Amino acid sequence: MRCTHKSIANVVVLTVALLLCSAASEAAHSPSTGLTNIFSPESTPAKSIFNLSMFVLAVTGIIFAVVFTLLVYSVVKFRGNPADAGREPAQVYGSTQIELAWTIIPILIVVVLFLATARVIHAVQDAPKPATAVEVTVIGHQFWWEYRYPRLGIVTANELHIPVSDPAHPTPTFLQLLSADTDHSFWIPQLAGKTDLIPNHPNRMWMDPQRTGLFLGQCAQYCGTQHAKMLLRVSVDTPEDFGAWVRAQQRPAIQDQKVAAGRRVFETTACINCHAVGGSAANGRFGPDLTHLMSRETIASGAAENTKENLRLWIQKPDAIKPGSLMPAMQLSDADLDALVNYLETLQ
Amino acid sequence: MSSDAMAIRNVEVGSLPLVETLHGWLTTVDHKRLGILYILSALLFLAIGGVEALIIRIQLMRSHNDFVSPEVFNRMFTMHGTTMIFFVAMPILFGFANYLVPLMIGARDMAFPRLNAFSFWLSFLGGLLLYFSFLGGSGLYGAGNAPDVGWWAYAPLGARAFSPGHSSDYWTFALLVSGFGSIGTAINIIATVLCMRCPGMKLSRMPLLVWLNLVMAGMVLIAITPLSAAQIMLVIDRYLGGHFFDTQAGGSAVLWMHFFWIFGHPEVYVLVIPAFAFLSEIIPVFSRKPIFGYPVMVAATVAIGLVSTSVWAHHMFTIGMNSYANSFFAITTMAVGVPTGIKIFNWIGTMWGGRIQFKVPMLFCIGFLFQFLIAGLTGIIQAAVPFDWQLSLSYFVVAHFHYVIVGGILFALFGAFYYWYPKMTGRMLSERLGKWHFWLFLIGFHLTFDVMHVPGLLGMPRRIYTYEPGRGWDTLNLIISIGAFIQAIAILVFVANLIISYFKGAKAGNDPWDAWTLEWSTSSPPPAYNFATVPVVASRRPLWDLKHPEDPDNQYE
Repeated sequence: MRCTHKSIANVVVLTVALLLCSAASEAAHSPSTGLTNIFSPESTPAKSIFNLSMFVLAVTGIIFAVVFTLLVYSVVKFRGNPADAGREPAQVYGSTQIELAWTIIPILIVVVLFLATARVIHAVQDAPKPATAVEVTVIGHQFWWEYRYPRLGIVTANELHIPVSDPAHPTPTFLQLLSADTDHSFWIPQLAGKTDLIPNHPNRMWMDPQRTGLFLGQCAQYCGTQHAKMLLRVSVDTPEDFGAWVRAQQRPAIQDQKVAAGRRVFETTACINCHAVGGSAANGRFGPDLTHLMSRETIASGAAENTKENLRLWIQKPDAIKPGSLMPAMQLSDADLDALVNYLETLQ
Repeated sequence: MSSDAMAIRNVEVGSLPLVETLHGWLTTVDHKRLGILYILSALLFLAIGGVEALIIRIQLMRSHNDFVSPEVFNRMFTMHGTTMIFFVAMPILFGFANYLVPLMIGARDMAFPRLNAFSFWLSFLGGLLLYFSFLGGSGLYGAGNAPDVGWWAYAPLGARAFSPGHSSDYWTFALLVSGFGSIGTAINIIATVLCMRCPGMKLSRMPLLVWLNLVMAGMVLIAITPLSAAQIMLVIDRYLGGHFFDTQAGGSAVLWMHFFWIFGHPEVYVLVIPAFAFLSEIIPVFSRKPIFGYPVMVAATVAIGLVSTSVWAHHMFTIGMNSYANSFFAITTMAVGVPTGIKIFNWIGTMWGGRIQFKVPMLFCIGFLFQFLIAGLTGIIQAAVPFDWQLSLSYFVVAHFHYVIVGGILFALFGAFYYWYPKMTGRMLSERLGKWHFWLFLIGFHLTFDVMHVPGLLGMPRRIYTYEPGRGWDTLNLIISIGAFIQAIAILVFVANLIISYFKGAKAGNDPWDAWTLEWSTSSPPPAYNFATVPVVASRRPLWDLKHPEDPDNQYE
């Protein structure tokens, strides 16, 4: 009976160890689930972290293997035997040499790990900002992201566009991180580690993605009721696409006389208390800028696709998409709602 | 004390009317009864906190689940964390310290018995206050009831602008009140250990459990005071127009983080050092050898206590500290691994060459060793600051600290229950149910918390009430939730064992484990005065000396 227990224990522990390793490696290689995987880095800070993490995992893995073996060995080898009942084993009180050994070796390991860590801290955190860098100010709000490109005169929300960075001619993006209310944290696992957005405490981070595409993440610091649906989308564009996107965003809002009724609804209700539309009377700042709303794929900070039905639902009953969000239910008549949505849909 | 005298006394106690028995428990200043009260109240809150955990796990079983609303979910994880740390882990460990420290040093009670009772009732009142928030927390139309600010209540979430009503006030006062209780208990433990030891019990002869609880009590004094200060500042902000943490008026959110974590990190060691204490008593007895390297174990504990006061900002690697501060907290955090490693090696050294008996207390301790090894290594992993920029605030961290608290501290506590229950009640816990409890809990634990590391690596942040499909998190979360229910079943087996064995367990006798420390020299349960004559000791294992007069310990120490 005693032996069975121990072998079960060994099997359990071994399975556990294998599971940990295999899950990590599976995660590293699975394309379908890799969109937020920290082990598939696509930018210099994330790659530096990845290299350090492999080193740290290797060192701790070796420590684990050694101590695990010692533990299993001592539990198996020194198990009591009913025949020994009543007889006590040799009483050993300690050994200075052994204590010294298992003090000094760990200290040496700590020194090595620390030096490796300090190097990457410095490389990532103290990286100089090149003149070619794109600057974006990120402002965390309950529960959405505001992006401002101060040099380009762009204000947008929730979907960040940045240029791909060619290692030969790097165009990294440097983010200035601010918060309008509570603490948030900006985390795109494939591009960089996370950095918090804290009121009265400006932070910065940078990334230089080396392939184009969509990168996902979400707010990582608990910020209130809808922390879970404060999603992040970063579109890494070719230089040409990025340039085109910038030019489109710099234009004032389209003014289409066919949707004047909807525009009137927008400008005469509470919408403009929080939302801005460039070149119109709407200049609210509590909610996302809507000047180019239809250039975005999602609404409600990534919580829903940007479709006509979702826009209607979001305006009339935001709790259906994101309960606890600060967008009020607008209580519009069907006619006003249709007109409003038609107007919003012209904001390309 | 003769068994006849015991029998007579038991008859007398048993014949008391219920009201008088209850009155006796309510007004008691006996360290043993207070210890049991601490443990029972902690078990009550453990059940509540466990149900909250299950609600969290049901909600997260699949993406876009709507078992509870985001508001309720946020209250659940806030209450779960606050309850488990302040009203389960601390009281249950204080309970064992209260019960065991005087018995192990040959004293008849704690140094300040009435302070002891006061401290317990303060802690318990704190728990009641926290849960009263469900009834009294709203205070304002539309404001929530129970606190939903997370157990760190990061500023400015705790400010009135973001937390209207009174829910976070209940949280604040619950922590303040129970904090004063903790400080009282810490002072009491220190005074007891320093002043109440029996003749011959030099500091260098104290059982390790006593030493470790002494260090723990010292750390409580260091850790709880800044937390209490911060809570008072928060109340000033909320009601007296202060701006310590009110960022909208120039206050500092980072200041709160420092206050909270300079409490929060030593707190981890406040909880884990008593767990080390249990191992340091149980492993030697079931290996049939003295603890390996006693002086080194004491030194390592003191070292952990000292170093752990300078690691707090490793909870804050993502807040944008400069690279020097980040490096400093990286090396202190890694350094704390050295004395902790020494402890693990010394426990292995204790088992080495022994004759290990796989009784249930020892099974839990061996589980602890494997799990704490992993928990310690994932801790080192997160001390590598850049790696932590990815791991922090993700489910990896949640898995890591549950590995410490459940895989480590709770396993050690279960070991302590099976080991000292016979002393507290006079009856043995069932080994058969105990093994069911152990294996079920072990399987549930590993299903939940091994798997939980992975969604963190896949980018899943903590404290989200739901998540998007297609991120590869669904299956993992389902497995995690299944594991949680297996753990819940194991806990039910444990509670059944506690209750059934109380009435039907085998009689324990004074010394069922053939152990060596003083608590096993008196009857089970011990009389109110603990020892009929105050014992005199000549070594670290007084009962070994009694049982082996030909080869006493004091020849070697």
